[in-house]
Amino acid sequence: MTLIETFSLAWEGLVLNKLRSFLTTLGVIIGVAAVILMIAVSAGAEAAIADQINALGANLIIITAARGVPGRPPTLVYDDALAIAQAVKGIAGVAAEQSLADQLIKWGNVSFTTPALSTTPDFPLVREAPVSAGRFFTQADLDRKNKVIVLGSKVAQDLFGDASPVDQEVVFGATRMTVIGVMAPKGKVADTDYDDRVYIPLTVLYQRFLSNIQMKDRVRTIYVQAASSETMDSAIGRIKAILAQQHGVTLSNPDFIVQTQEDIIQTQQATTETFRTLLAWVAAVSLLVGGIGIMNIMLVSVTERTREIGVRVSIGARPNDVRRQFLLEALILSLFGGVVGVIGGVGGAWSFNEMGAMRTVLVPWSLGLAFAASAVVGIFFGYFPANKAAALDPIEALRHE
Amino acid sequence: MKTQTISSPLLQWNAQPDPLVRVERLVKVYDTGEAPLRALDGVSLDIWRGEFVAIMGHSGSGKSTLMNVLGALDRPTEGRYLLEGEDVGEMDMEELADLRNRRIGFVFQSFNLLPRLTALQNVMLPIRYRVENRMSAQEREELSIAALESVGLGERLHHRPNQLSGGQQQRVAIARALVNQPSLLLADEPTGNLDSKSSKEIMGILQRLNRQGVTIVMVTHEPDIASYAGRIIHMKDGQVFSDGQNGSQRDADRIPVTQQEITV
Repeated sequence: MTLIETFSLAWEGLVLNKLRSFLTTLGVIIGVAAVILMIAVSAGAEAAIADQINALGANLIIITAARGVPGRPPTLVYDDALAIAQAVKGIAGVAAEQSLADQLIKWGNVSFTTPALSTTPDFPLVREAPVSAGRFFTQADLDRKNKVIVLGSKVAQDLFGDASPVDQEVVFGATRMTVIGVMAPKGKVADTDYDDRVYIPLTVLYQRFLSNIQMKDRVRTIYVQAASSETMDSAIGRIKAILAQQHGVTLSNPDFIVQTQEDIIQTQQATTETFRTLLAWVAAVSLLVGGIGIMNIMLVSVTERTREIGVRVSIGARPNDVRRQFLLEALILSLFGGVVGVIGGVGGAWSFNEMGAMRTVLVPWSLGLAFAASAVVGIFFGYFPANKAAALDPIEALRHE
Repeated sequence: MKTQTISSPLLQWNAQPDPLVRVERLVKVYDTGEAPLRALDGVSLDIWRGEFVAIMGHSGSGKSTLMNVLGALDRPTEGRYLLEGEDVGEMDMEELADLRNRRIGFVFQSFNLLPRLTALQNVMLPIRYRVENRMSAQEREELSIAALESVGLGERLHHRPNQLSGGQQQRVAIARALVNQPSLLLADEPTGNLDSKSSKEIMGILQRLNRQGVTIVMVTHEPDIASYAGRIIHMKDGQVFSDGQNGSQRDADRIPVTQQEITV
């Protein structure tokens, strides 16, 4: 019997049992779709993280304190930022940042709470967040500890409506402050809404808002913008040297971390890689379960069709014909499941994106992998039932009720 | 039986050259634990081309086992089985499958049609399992239709088995058994599941086929059915008890009652 002939026999066998064939292949459909979707979701997460990090600004060098000793304040201070700004060549700006938890902001009879970022004059440049009205604070404001405040676009809207906030006085926390500017809308990056917060000078934070004396010169992060990508490496080297000198530590045992966006993206990718591997394994297990489903149904099918097999043998089917028929049935089922699963996975990834539920990025190799896996599942799990069918004793099989 | 082989060369040349079937001292032992069961206990037989043989016997007499051996579905424990002079015992699985496909046609008591296939598809099945002389789909269909027409079912090609009466199903089974033009038709209680009218029709078909030259071996336990055969072999305890020509062979086509029943 030719392969085409066997194929058509197998096909007839499946078509005659449409519902069962479909239910059998459902496991593979779900498995294949899951593999593709899982990989698309993790690739989407990776792309989203990369976007967020790139949105921080261009050519950024990010300095954070190394994990400190509990009970001791973090090691990074405002003076570090000043030292870098003064001594490092080939940089465009330095912005030191420290955040402040929600405080009440009040103008007239409007009031609500909002978080604050306390920072230095280079912030709009370094973080690519320009002001849309008025101005950002200057080094003079910092040096004189001027009680000035810049509003995020949403805060300005909520507080002042259509009125101009510049030069108005607001009460922030317990401090009267003069609004000197409003930021242009920037939107959300990671979990931070740039528009729904206010900006105050770092020195004003230290003077008016912090009660913990140990924190009164600390910064969470220093962002340095290199003048160009070519000056990045030399700037990093210089920054490390200056910080080591400032902190009295060696470069081999620093109490600070200097990273680029590239470094952070890579670190994040390593995390999502693990995440992706885990998801792929979960999906692979579901594919395996689908395969076991096929084997299960094929075994039932062989038992149910024992008499049919006996009849086929009695009219001249060779053991190979029987084996190939059942193997092909399993293979067709799993390949069909593979095709439908690929369509389902791609469609699912696409609609996740469209509905805005989750960002997904289709990874081409995942389609091939999932489809190939479905074929392997078909052959692997079809072989045992097919062999069982081929090995049936024809006389016993013919007697089977 | 032995004496036959010692006869003169001239006589042998004049006589038929070889029996279609020759079995020599067949023994089949079923190992059923405590006491081994000798289902066949030294059966020797010749069946010649053109014969219509009925094998009779009670259940356990070994007639079904003999049938399975003749159909190449079972191998004997001892003894030889020659079909058209070839030793079936020497054949491998592939050759046995080809033998069942091309040289033997099986008709069963319970018809054994594949329930989800139409009459035509059932009849085409043996052609599809052919290894040699493969045919196009069209030739295959024409041949199968011809086979169904020869058993009077030209009008029921696309009926499923459950849309056919028992007698019609058995006729489909006969068409399927004949479609590859086998040299031996084996019928295992072919009327066992049929009423007397359908039984007569089936026996009529078998007799007509036999007159056209098909060699038939039929197992039955009904003397009435056996009386349509030209030669009757009785088996008992795995051995041939008696073997002789049927002096009073009935002709299914010459019984007018059947015709009347059909027209009523």
